[in-house]
Amino acid sequence: MSAPAMGTSKTAHTDSSHKKKKGPGTLATAYLVIYNVVMTAGWLVIAVGLVRAYLARGSYHGLYYSIEKPLKYFQTGALLEILHCAVGIVPSSVVLTGFQVMSRVFLTWAVTHSVREVQSEDSVLLFVVAWTVTEIIRYSFYTFSLLNHLPYLIKWARYTFFFVLYPMGVAGELLTIYAALPYVQKTGLYSITLPNNYNFSFDYHTFLILVMISYIPLFPQLYFHMIRQRKKVLGHVEEYSKVE
Amino acid sequence: HVYLQYSNCFLVFHVFVSDPQWYPARQSIRLDPKGKSLKDEDVLQHLPVGTTATFYFRDLGVFLTEYAGPLLIYLMFYFRVPFIYAPKYDFTTSKHWVVHLACMCHSFHYVKRLLETLFVHRFSHGTMPLRNIFKNCTYYWGFAAWMAYYINHPLYTPPIYGEQQIRLALIVFLFCQIGNFSIHIALRNLRPPGSKTRKIPYPTKNPFTWIFLLVSCPNYTYELGSWLGFTLMTQCLPVAAFTLVGFIQMTVWAKGKHRSYLKEFRDYPTLRSPILPFIL
Repeated sequence: MSAPAMGTSKTAHTDSSHKKKKGPGTLATAYLVIYNVVMTAGWLVIAVGLVRAYLARGSYHGLYYSIEKPLKYFQTGALLEILHCAVGIVPSSVVLTGFQVMSRVFLTWAVTHSVREVQSEDSVLLFVVAWTVTEIIRYSFYTFSLLNHLPYLIKWARYTFFFVLYPMGVAGELLTIYAALPYVQKTGLYSITLPNNYNFSFDYHTFLILVMISYIPLFPQLYFHMIRQRKKVLGHVEEYSKVE
Repeated sequence: HVYLQYSNCFLVFHVFVSDPQWYPARQSIRLDPKGKSLKDEDVLQHLPVGTTATFYFRDLGVFLTEYAGPLLIYLMFYFRVPFIYAPKYDFTTSKHWVVHLACMCHSFHYVKRLLETLFVHRFSHGTMPLRNIFKNCTYYWGFAAWMAYYINHPLYTPPIYGEQQIRLALIVFLFCQIGNFSIHIALRNLRPPGSKTRKIPYPTKNPFTWIFLLVSCPNYTYELGSWLGFTLMTQCLPVAAFTLVGFIQMTVWAKGKHRSYLKEFRDYPTLRSPILPFIL
């Protein structure tokens, strides 16, 4: 899904708590800074690529092809984030991060890449734009956090833009999967039928429908989690203004 | 229906329920749903309770539901109850004899488990929280349905190596079922009723228990073996998946049990591995 990854422990910390928190070592921090800078740069490349292609063509149509490669590289590269959690240099849940990254990777490869016919759909642009803006903000947020120099604007953007970006991304993803359905059914893509020696079957078409249905319980949970995080992270500012 | 009995100067807590079918072994008392069961000799004064102590009951019927589910679900697929397969197959039976054999084995396995739950096992952790019950039932029932669907499918393909493969698989399966049962009996006899001493399990006269020389939790070893046998017998990927998941979970449990054995007994045999001899 297009939700920013739940770097939950990074969110609610004020500057003073950094001293108490047992963060990653110096080497790990340096690595993470480099990682996050590279990812920020990568998604900026995608953003620039989209803008340039739009200006060149004069239409929204088929912009996917202009950023197909960097999208695949940098979205797939996010798999490293699961490793970061597993190793412990990032204090997020492996399961949660894994789930979010895998859902993005799934959409990139198992839907958009695999079903050529959907690549020219406008819904692809919808989630690509949502992901791009989200990731630029998210990776720069992490970069600045690691350097203990987080501009309030970035923090605010991270916890505000999602209001629009998240539903936008979900809409793009769902519409894309929906567009892929007839082609998957027609070609039997990634499906195994009986009879076979392993006595197993898999219907990718049905699987995609189940994936779409799974958005119903999952999307609200993640959305409201971010809203709660926003109150926690940005909430104290309102308290100060009340005091004044 | 709770009766408190006084014994000497201690408040000894006994629970008897008016319905005779609820014999004491089927109950277990815990102070809160997530906590451990109280031991029989826990003394009320020393228990961490407030002015009102709340006691939660869980029936071992939980285990019975977990095991009766797969048994019945599998049979529904075996007898090809309507709305599972195409209507023309309703209430037909598979033409492959291995499918009948598989049904017998699967049913035998769960009947054995049910009987063991009722008559053999002495539960130290006889209960579990409600969340776990839901999770466990989904797991057992879900996998049973998934396996049974393919094994009893009209388009089922019997094992590649035919009778040889099935015969070997059956031998492995039965061997491990007997082994598993032998271990359960041996563990039960380790602690006579009323005794609270914990002892290291050792091989007995029964050859199936000689595996105790090499393994701490041979009940899990045999369980794995049974399901490997069933996988070989049915040559069905969902069965293999179920075996794998079960193996992972049992390994976690076996490692935990092994660790607690080592902690509790200084003289614990060093040759033993948790679940697989010398390997794991």
